[in-house]
Amino acid sequence: MIVLQTDRLAISFGGVRAIDGVSLSIAAGQVFSIIGPNGSGKTTLFNLVSGLYTPNAGSIELAGETVTHLAPDQLARRGLSRTFQNLQIFSRMSVLENVMVGRHRHERTGILADLLHWPTVPRQNKATREAALIALDRVGLSDSADRAAGSLAYGALKRLEIARALASEPKVLLLDEPAAGCNPVETEDIDRLIRSLVVDGITVVLVEHDMRLVMNISDRVHVLQSGRTLTEGTPEEVRSNPAVIEAYLGVHGSQEAGRALD
Amino acid sequence: MRALLDTRLLPALAVALIVIALPWFFPSMYYYRIGALVFIFALAVVGLNLLMGFAGQVSLGHAGFLGIGAYAVAIGPTHLGMPSWLSLLAGAAVSGFVAFLVGRPILRLKGHYLAVATLGFGLLIAIVFTNEAGWTGGPDGMSVPRLVLFGWAVKGSDTWYWISGGTCVVGFLLALNLMHSPTGRALQAIHDSEVAAQVLGIDVASKKLAIFIVSAMYASVAGSYLALFNGHVTPEVAGFLRSIELVAMVVLGGMGSIVGSLVGAVVLVVLPQALTMFHEYEQALLGLIVMVFMIFLRRGIVPSLALLVARPRK
Amino acid sequence: MAELLQFVFSGLTVGAIYALVALGFTLIYKSSDIINFAQGEFVMLGGMVTVFAALAGMPLPVAAAVSVIATTATGLALHRFAVAPARGATPVALIMITIGASIFLRGVAQIVFDKRFHSLPSLFGNDPIKVGGAAILPQSLVVLACAAIIVVVLWLFIERTMLGKAVIATAANRLAARLIGVDTRRIVDFSFAVSAAIGAVAGILITPIALTSYDAGTLLALKGFAAAMLGGIGSAPGAVVGGLIIGMIEALSAGYVSSNYKDAVAFLIILAVLIFIPQGLFGRAKVERV
Repeated sequence: MIVLQTDRLAISFGGVRAIDGVSLSIAAGQVFSIIGPNGSGKTTLFNLVSGLYTPNAGSIELAGETVTHLAPDQLARRGLSRTFQNLQIFSRMSVLENVMVGRHRHERTGILADLLHWPTVPRQNKATREAALIALDRVGLSDSADRAAGSLAYGALKRLEIARALASEPKVLLLDEPAAGCNPVETEDIDRLIRSLVVDGITVVLVEHDMRLVMNISDRVHVLQSGRTLTEGTPEEVRSNPAVIEAYLGVHGSQEAGRALD
Repeated sequence: MRALLDTRLLPALAVALIVIALPWFFPSMYYYRIGALVFIFALAVVGLNLLMGFAGQVSLGHAGFLGIGAYAVAIGPTHLGMPSWLSLLAGAAVSGFVAFLVGRPILRLKGHYLAVATLGFGLLIAIVFTNEAGWTGGPDGMSVPRLVLFGWAVKGSDTWYWISGGTCVVGFLLALNLMHSPTGRALQAIHDSEVAAQVLGIDVASKKLAIFIVSAMYASVAGSYLALFNGHVTPEVAGFLRSIELVAMVVLGGMGSIVGSLVGAVVLVVLPQALTMFHEYEQALLGLIVMVFMIFLRRGIVPSLALLVARPRK
Repeated sequence: MAELLQFVFSGLTVGAIYALVALGFTLIYKSSDIINFAQGEFVMLGGMVTVFAALAGMPLPVAAAVSVIATTATGLALHRFAVAPARGATPVALIMITIGASIFLRGVAQIVFDKRFHSLPSLFGNDPIKVGGAAILPQSLVVLACAAIIVVVLWLFIERTMLGKAVIATAANRLAARLIGVDTRRIVDFSFAVSAAIGAVAGILITPIALTSYDAGTLLALKGFAAAMLGGIGSAPGAVVGGLIIGMIEALSAGYVSSNYKDAVAFLIILAVLIFIPQGLFGRAKVERV
């Protein structure tokens, strides 16, 4: 079943065609990676798919429903969630509270009940807290639950964002460079985490530069260059594609990728 | 009983204790008057604090809502034959409605654009009150008939002290409730990162609007109390200086701090009273206070004290 | 027709003052991203100091010069003591500081001067000149001429001198400007000083027509800001055009609709601009990168 698909998506910024007719089709339960040189439009594509930008042309479908012009919060309610390349942590709140915000779309009290502290509110707070703790545990941050979010190390913050996105129980999770700035050990953790997400039935779409991670974990890889699709295929197909090697991987990178696949 | 000891409610409890205990120290009726004024403004400030300190928005025209509440209890009984208590409720409803109308387009703006838009809005309201003399008595204002509840005329600084003190505690309680709720978390999230809040399913626009309306209604009730207490209302109640005073109280006490709202109100209500012989210096002093705090003590009194207390423990 | 001409002239006159205030805003905003709410107080000080200096016995030209110098010093002090120490604060905090400064200056003016309205003698007398059935005050022409001169001089300065280029560089990218050796703090000092001077001159020019008082600054600042926003904040030609437009709309609505709500015009324009065309007439829309 196709869970996310775009058809000839395009957007321009002041005359520059950042994304120029990109079509992709992601099946449920896959790990789908988008790679490409810097400036190829990967994060722009993410921003389009997650509703932060409105495309000039083309369409987006989520689980069969056309969602092209929906706002990010509407997409979130339909089971799409994402993390950010340049971390958007709620630094004033604790680690646990950050993840609790992720539960928002499952919370049922309104502003009036909240103001008056209706009995439903403490019940909701408790349920939210418990679900958030579970998500935190998933990424291995349970011990930091009550610390100020701003006090965590970079790698931990990346995991916090994932926990927060997980808390919303998405069907499709967009991860924007989850391994950026991570050491090999942290990257291994990310690898394991993503695999466990897939086991739970979540479709993961990845933007990444870390070729080892990409090749290890992806079912399909989509290569972007200058806002256009260069090619798409299995990791093996992509890493041995001469056009990809020339545009992005380079000979050394291709060898890296090869080692990952052996 | 356990609910009372919940840390969530401690600030409200503290304020309630202050309200009850203070009169023991009052040498004269005059002090009841100061106390009443402090609690009235603290109520407006807590509402503004929810908007500014908690949700991270800004309103430099909030006195406009103060004015709507104040003129409601003047116009209602005088021109429409409505009892004062009903006029107060109507004023709050009108404030909420105006906040809804104005908030929708304005809250899309950020930073200094939002600041100036709210400034413009506040000034427009003040202009309307100044010009529509037929309804409002023009620049000299109009008198406000006394509040009559169950046949009993509410008057006296001590009565108003208890009324405004009690309402202030209730207002603080509601604010504390909000802060420890799903809506409260959503608002804090919006403050820190609107974009992240959105992708987690938070309808940012409607949450901002909701808190804007709530804070407008807080100000409106405070304005109504002010007018009923003073027995008179002039367009200055909705003016630019008033709006800046309210923001100064928020900043002074500490943005996002409920107790800070009371502290800010205390400082900026008591100071002019203490300086009555230096009345001319009021404006210069207000300006100086705003500058000094925004430059050196941006966090405000209560959070700064809290930091001072926390630090030695390390 | 004569009536229309009358309104147009008074609109252009007061619009020229708004334009000068807006220019002051723009200059400071361009070099430091700060919205200076005390801009109106510069205009007020220009008029008030001249009045009181003259009352103290100084000949008018000397009083005017003293006023410009005092106001310029105030502008410099505002930057040095209030704004510069708060570098790195949020835009809203900076606005609050300048609002605080504005209230402070008003408060001090109230104490040092008084609360009454004051006037200055017109430069060329008070006999109106007849043009097409409308009566124009000679002072109006003085205002328009001086405003035009100031705009041209400023333009020449920005375009043709090294210091002007430095201002543009600082406005475009502060860090880059510093890296090529521009002393950005001096540049911002300079823009505050020049804005104050322009404001002071505007105040001296308009007082014979519109009078001045200790609290004349606030309304002027808001209208000047509306003009800057209308033109597109950061655009100097926009500031001038915006000022003239607002002056005109104000005069025309005062004449044909209601003079009571004259002041509301500027605020309605602010709201309309912010809601519908936040980048103003000559500004460019910003794209936020995530």
